[in-house]
Amino acid sequence: MPSPALAIDDLTVAYGGRVVVDRLSLSADAGRVTAVLGPNGAGKTTTIECAEGLRRADSGTITVLGHPAGSSPARARVGVMLQDGGLPMARTATEVLSLVAAMHGRSRDVDPLLARLDLTDVARTPVRRLSGGQRQRVSLGAAILAEPDLLFLDEPSAGLDPQSRRLVWDLVRSLRDGGAAVVLTTHLLEEAEALADVVHVLAAGRLVASGSPHELIERFAGPDTVRLRPVSPLSDDAVARLAHAVGAATVGAGREGGRGAVVTLRHEPTPAFVAAITAWCVEEDVRLRALDVGGGTLEDAYLELTSPAAQSADHPVDRERAAR
Amino acid sequence: MNRVLTYARFEAVSALRNGEQLLISIILPALVLIGLGRSGVVELDLLPGQDRLDVVVPGVLGLAVLSSAFTSQAIATAFDRRWGVLRQLATTPLGARGIVAGKVLSVFAVQVVQVVALGALGLALGWRPEVAGVPGALLVGVLGSVAFTSLGLLIAGTLRAEAVLAVANLLWVLLLVGGGLVLPAATFSSGLAVVTAWLPSGAMGDALRLSLTGGGFDVVAAVVLAAWSGVLTALAAKLFRPTS
Repeated sequence: MPSPALAIDDLTVAYGGRVVVDRLSLSADAGRVTAVLGPNGAGKTTTIECAEGLRRADSGTITVLGHPAGSSPARARVGVMLQDGGLPMARTATEVLSLVAAMHGRSRDVDPLLARLDLTDVARTPVRRLSGGQRQRVSLGAAILAEPDLLFLDEPSAGLDPQSRRLVWDLVRSLRDGGAAVVLTTHLLEEAEALADVVHVLAAGRLVASGSPHELIERFAGPDTVRLRPVSPLSDDAVARLAHAVGAATVGAGREGGRGAVVTLRHEPTPAFVAAITAWCVEEDVRLRALDVGGGTLEDAYLELTSPAAQSADHPVDRERAAR
Repeated sequence: MNRVLTYARFEAVSALRNGEQLLISIILPALVLIGLGRSGVVELDLLPGQDRLDVVVPGVLGLAVLSSAFTSQAIATAFDRRWGVLRQLATTPLGARGIVAGKVLSVFAVQVVQVVALGALGLALGWRPEVAGVPGALLVGVLGSVAFTSLGLLIAGTLRAEAVLAVANLLWVLLLVGGGLVLPAATFSSGLAVVTAWLPSGAMGDALRLSLTGGGFDVVAAVVLAAWSGVLTALAAKLFRPTS
């Protein structure tokens, strides 16, 4: 069995005595997209920065393509797309990509890549005058132009319009199909579900679950899920009253649109249960935009895995962790 | 090495294309040279037979070193840091050391342009330097560049970009007026003159003036500059952070 492109073993990082990554072990294989998910403060950025060689670990080892993370042979075969761009604002896309190509020892013509990224028209425009989406695509170009064997993508489609997002996703898939290992960090669960072959979920510096999106949905969001989309987001109190009234556990209360914009309940969607929900809505004068029953999404699984309740004893997440 | 040279060229072109950096690197020093060299607005303590340009041009060349090595470099690096440019480049085969080496080389490249432009302006105005003192002046210029580049990287790597902008410009003005660069330390009151002579700016200004007027090599000033270079380089190496 080939060794993984990225192998993180027992990584621990602390800032000023506060442990932010706690004995974390995970891997990413060639020819696969591996998503690393977790709420803010979960330790994703620190972990990835250690793997990119930008930060030192307090203990543990990280091997990148068979070399220590951050070493010269590792850097030569890695591509990185940063969320904050990493682009010199006064220079053009052509100049930036040519510089990165030279850093990788390649004097390649960057025009075909600019065309592939739909940037030909702005190739000679200073980065500072590009739109957010155009800058994102220049950053992606800088990450992929050396045809890396391991690619780190941090929020690759944040702020992109739907067409640009599809373009980025198609590029990521083609890189994966070409044999590259892609490590993706994102807050867009839809993106992770669409792209990832393997998902690692972190919470409080620890790995709480790993598997394919399908496996995680099966294990943590299951078929017995009911989702409400109220016209106006529900307050935390209202969510608690609803859960109490219908006798169901709340899996999560959040999604695009803010907290309470979507409420997910874990319960078999029997007619009586659905009737209880609608009765509560009548009583509280809550208007619904949608009421879905059936299988959950990766977002439901993620919310379940990273909820405060997931840290308590006897929770399925802890039982799984203990079993490992 | 090719990577470092390519990055140095990229940085030097960025600096020479940037209007604000050109202003502080070449235009303002040129105005100081013309203003002090050819007007009596500031009284200078000249030796018999000495022209005002003998004092002013070496000082302005020192000011140019301060502008490119410290002020421009600190501001550019601080904004590179904020925009993630340093992080991005640190993940390429260039690496963190290559970034620093490239930045130092780019400073030297900009200084070649500065010396040519400001030296030519001085010669056109009638400055006649002592050619035998040029090697000593070059050594002093290199030591000053190392000290001020390290100081620039130190503040760029530890403060927020806006704070770097303010501090770098403020220090440029303070060292121009009272740092012993353009005006010799002896111009100031005795107390300030003692302090100024031990600053990297004062040591560089005095040593450049002595070398280029044929007065010999100022060993004490060179040692002071070398000590500042060592301390500031060590601090920058320890405290500089490519991420904000």
